[in-house]
Amino acid sequence: MKALAARRHHRFAPVVLLLLALLLTGAVYAIAQPASADAAQAAASESDIAAGQKLFQANCATCHGPNAEGREAVEAGAGGPSLIGVGAAAVDFQVGTGRMPAQMNGAQIMAKPAQFDDEQIAQLAAYVASLGAGPSIPTDEQLDTTNADVALGGALFRTNCAMCHGVTGAGGALSQGKWAPALDETSPAHLYEAMLTGPQSMPVFNDANITPDEKRDIIAYLETQREGSPGGLTLGSVGPVSEGLWAWVIGIGLLIGASVWIGAKSS
Amino acid sequence: MSTHHDPSTDLTTQRGEDGTLPERFEDPGHPEHHDRQGDHDPKANKRAERQVVVLFTISILGTIGAIVAYALVPPGETVGSMRLSNLLLGLGLFLGLAGIGVAAVHWAKSLMNDHEKSEERHAIRSEDSVRVKAVEALREGAKDSAIGRRGVLKGAMVTSLALFPLSIAVPLVGNIGGDWDVSRSKRTIWKRGTRLVLDPTARPIKAADVTIGSAFHVIPEGLEELDHPLNEKAKAVVLMVRMDPRDLRSEQGEGWSYDGIVAFSKICTHVGCPVALYEQQTHHILCPCHQSTFDAADGAKVVFGPAKRPLPQLPITVDDEGYLVAQDGFSEPIGPSFWERLT
Amino acid sequence: MSTVDSRPAPAAAPPSRVERAAAGTADYLDQRTGIGGAVKEFARKIFPDHWSFLLGEIALYSFVVLLISGTFLTMFFVPSMTEVHYHGPWAAMDGVQMSEAFASTLRLSFEVRGGLLMRQIHHWAALIFMAAIVTHMMRVFFTGAFRKPRELNWLVGFTLMILGLLAGFSGYSLPDDVLSGNGLRIADGVARAIPILGSYISFALFGGEFPGTDLIPRLFTVHILLIPALILALIGLHLLMVVLHKHTQYPGSGRSDKNVVGYPLFPIYVAKAGGFFFVVFAVIALMAATMTINPVWNYGPFDPSIVGAGAQPDWYMLFLEGGLRLMPGQTEFVIGQYTLSLNILVPGVVIPGILFTAIALWPFIEAFATGDKREHHVLDRPRNVPFRTAFGVAFLTAFFVLILAGSNDLIATHFHLSINDITWTFRILLFVGPAIAFWITKRICLSLQRKDRELVLHGHETGRIVRFASGEYIEVHKPLDAHERWLRVQHEANRPLEIEPAEDSRGVRRKGFRVDALRQRLSRVFYEDRVEPVTPAELAAAHSHGAHDALPAAHDEHAGELTGASGGTRHLAADVENTEGTDSTDGPKHP
Repeated sequence: MKALAARRHHRFAPVVLLLLALLLTGAVYAIAQPASADAAQAAASESDIAAGQKLFQANCATCHGPNAEGREAVEAGAGGPSLIGVGAAAVDFQVGTGRMPAQMNGAQIMAKPAQFDDEQIAQLAAYVASLGAGPSIPTDEQLDTTNADVALGGALFRTNCAMCHGVTGAGGALSQGKWAPALDETSPAHLYEAMLTGPQSMPVFNDANITPDEKRDIIAYLETQREGSPGGLTLGSVGPVSEGLWAWVIGIGLLIGASVWIGAKSS
Repeated sequence: MSTHHDPSTDLTTQRGEDGTLPERFEDPGHPEHHDRQGDHDPKANKRAERQVVVLFTISILGTIGAIVAYALVPPGETVGSMRLSNLLLGLGLFLGLAGIGVAAVHWAKSLMNDHEKSEERHAIRSEDSVRVKAVEALREGAKDSAIGRRGVLKGAMVTSLALFPLSIAVPLVGNIGGDWDVSRSKRTIWKRGTRLVLDPTARPIKAADVTIGSAFHVIPEGLEELDHPLNEKAKAVVLMVRMDPRDLRSEQGEGWSYDGIVAFSKICTHVGCPVALYEQQTHHILCPCHQSTFDAADGAKVVFGPAKRPLPQLPITVDDEGYLVAQDGFSEPIGPSFWERLT
Repeated sequence: MSTVDSRPAPAAAPPSRVERAAAGTADYLDQRTGIGGAVKEFARKIFPDHWSFLLGEIALYSFVVLLISGTFLTMFFVPSMTEVHYHGPWAAMDGVQMSEAFASTLRLSFEVRGGLLMRQIHHWAALIFMAAIVTHMMRVFFTGAFRKPRELNWLVGFTLMILGLLAGFSGYSLPDDVLSGNGLRIADGVARAIPILGSYISFALFGGEFPGTDLIPRLFTVHILLIPALILALIGLHLLMVVLHKHTQYPGSGRSDKNVVGYPLFPIYVAKAGGFFFVVFAVIALMAATMTINPVWNYGPFDPSIVGAGAQPDWYMLFLEGGLRLMPGQTEFVIGQYTLSLNILVPGVVIPGILFTAIALWPFIEAFATGDKREHHVLDRPRNVPFRTAFGVAFLTAFFVLILAGSNDLIATHFHLSINDITWTFRILLFVGPAIAFWITKRICLSLQRKDRELVLHGHETGRIVRFASGEYIEVHKPLDAHERWLRVQHEANRPLEIEPAEDSRGVRRKGFRVDALRQRLSRVFYEDRVEPVTPAELAAAHSHGAHDALPAAHDEHAGELTGASGGTRHLAADVENTEGTDSTDGPKHP
């Protein structure tokens, strides 16, 4: 202890202390991080990449090519884009929402129950991420909406997203049978990854366009939408058409029923 | 009046005295009245009365409920509390109203005299004698005023009546359109060197930051400092996308794009909705209002829907710092067509 | 006044204190207003009873609800486009820049207790107001209640519908949200498409460029003063004419163009109609309590850069939206230097112009075709006027196709269809649909009329089978009683007009022949195909024929049943409507 005390005033002491503090913070942070982040962290390991490659060869290579270099569609249902550089985020989104592996090439590839478990998805993501630099899976910190600016999120959502997904994320139509899906059940991570990678018809919203904080704000805004509406039932949140439909069905329906009762002779 | 008719098919009753059948059937007259249960059964009558009383009571309770809800359940700050407040107040009002309405109708139907009555109609037109008197009255009046003989007076009166509204209409028409400078709708604030910034955060955009497949919603820099930012924004909004330069088949002017980055007016050439919907894979821009579809890779030509003209393209380049700027303003008026657009 | 009531009047009792007080008040009022005459005239005025006569009342009462809830809203709404920053309980809008109109809408929704309820009541009532007007017009149209002497009242009602549309559109735009703002932008686009004057009309509406800062205050005045005042005045006129004409009645025994059968205003309709007001208000309140309408807090304050998927107007404007969506863009032309946007003008101006003109002028077109100058107070059964009924259904089909076209994006997402395919389908259906609807409806009407003839001639099937000594089986038919029969034979089938020849006896071409010829052509289109009601002679013939092969006694009721039966199973009413003649007797064929 004496030695330590003696060097307390060494001119490098502050630097060493700072390094120690950083190390400590990092260690504490690593421990404090929840398990999923651990998995993401661990995904980078060599064994995961190897396991991911195996899964890829077995399930994805038919369309995307044996080395994920992509393949032109030569016959119906057998063509897919190159996955080099799409990043782990794209894999986590596409496979995690069940869109990949695709059942068939249609106007749009549908979301369905995921075909792989979380570990397998992480392995596939690690493999694809190892092929070329691309967006990575968002961390829990990035998805933490506790301090989010819901109002800014709403404004950004209306400018960048509402034209396809509707003002509350109820979804909407695109051309030629495609559609923008409803967002009410999409997980925050998938929302984030979709913005980052631009799956299918959706444009990419990189961090220069919508910053990570703004992405978090948008996710927070969508979470408030899940509380429903202060006015009562939302009627699908699709606007005046469903309101008109219910005005006729419920309103005019009940009132004509009442009219028939009033006009009928009492027995 | 309430003669009961034999519902037989016997036609002899309708035969004339000479035994011939009439051209048409005759109206058999009012059908027989059927009494209600309550008309003979005092118990049923009493029951109906009780029901009416109960209904009015429900109304009273509903109104009291609404007042209690008003006092005890404020809308608060959460969606749930707002919904509860709205629901309780509304249900109270509903019961308060429905109780009265149903009670009154039930009263009328079950307790009030339900014998139909018949009233004669008379022709709508006035009797001839009345018409004669009316015409007479008008004639006398016209004669008293001697309007028929005083032509100049008549002319002066008609002219003055026709002219006086002008002193209201002229100032109205003069002012209702503001300064009436309709040519303003042909101009936007885009000019050479205006930076493209993000809507609504107003961050400038570096070309290097625009990933392939991106859609950026863009406004011109300096919009907020204007007197009427919304008026200018309504004309100046731009949708900027980047695609692989090899996919770009045509553009509206040579060199108007920058390395696969193209910028188009976001105001539809149909009726002016923001055509904001970009499909990354097909490079189609779709208007959510009326589904006009434009091909961003092909000079924004119309591929479907009610629009005729392509979205005007904003020629862009980068400045010294690498930020995207306009090469120039739009070369044609943006937005929906109008009569003097090309003049 | 004759009455069906045969009850004795109750014996007079000495006046109670309440009665004396009432008498005193009545005396006071009458000495100053002479109201006694009006009470005598109207208190026991007879109105016929039918559920479909209440449709107009729904419209009237929802208008009263609109006035009540609207007055509440004006206390808190600020019609201003000044930009402010919102701060309040709605976190998703905290700090957002918006107009005062939008901010005050948020405030009255979330901070005024009961404000949200009143807003929702107001908007639901508006939708129901328009829906009730449309259903009421449908009732009036299909039953021919617009015929003389009620043509002018039809026009008043038509104007009320147009005013209702304007009231709805102006009110819908007041909160200054994104959805209604885009509606205004579309209105601006349509206005600017008008040749020569377009840009000036747009400037006049917005006080300069879109969106400007004048529009909301202007719409507010239009919405809360101008239009409601006009609607109120016209409702007064509409009801005055109803009282003047006395209400129409459905056909039935004892009802004619010379009388009106029903119940007295006081007390029956005071209770029924008064009660119905509360029922209408209650239904609207229930909807407002449980169902969100126009959640502007989701749409956000108006910004010309923003649009949401599912951008549609309220239902009554949806047909315009549908027209705009269907019209192909190739129809924009440049003539010299000038642009003529038929892709906007046709759906935005021409189609509504045609639809509304057709509605407004129908009573006059029909009167011209029938040449009928009589007063009509007994309503038509829709089947007895096949052309009108078919036209009405075809019209509604076109309207409905346009409404669906205006919802094509929602149809695409909800039924997983391609929006492009849907649009093409509706483009075709807009023309084919009404034609098919017309043909089918006319067939159904004619078939129903034949069914009526069948019933009158041969009675109801009873399901009772009788075997004759000869071994022949026959189903017994029960003849209609006189009341049932009257309902099916009371009408007169309109026939094509006969006109005087073009030249008189001296070979001089007479004046007005061309108009008459047009009228004749039109009346042929209207009434060429028809089924005449059964005449007593035909019924007698059917019976005597039946008697011929069954039992001799035509006057015997039992025999009547049997004879009706034998005729009914063997002789279908002949298909008359395509025979060349204008006469349509279809007497039974003898075997």
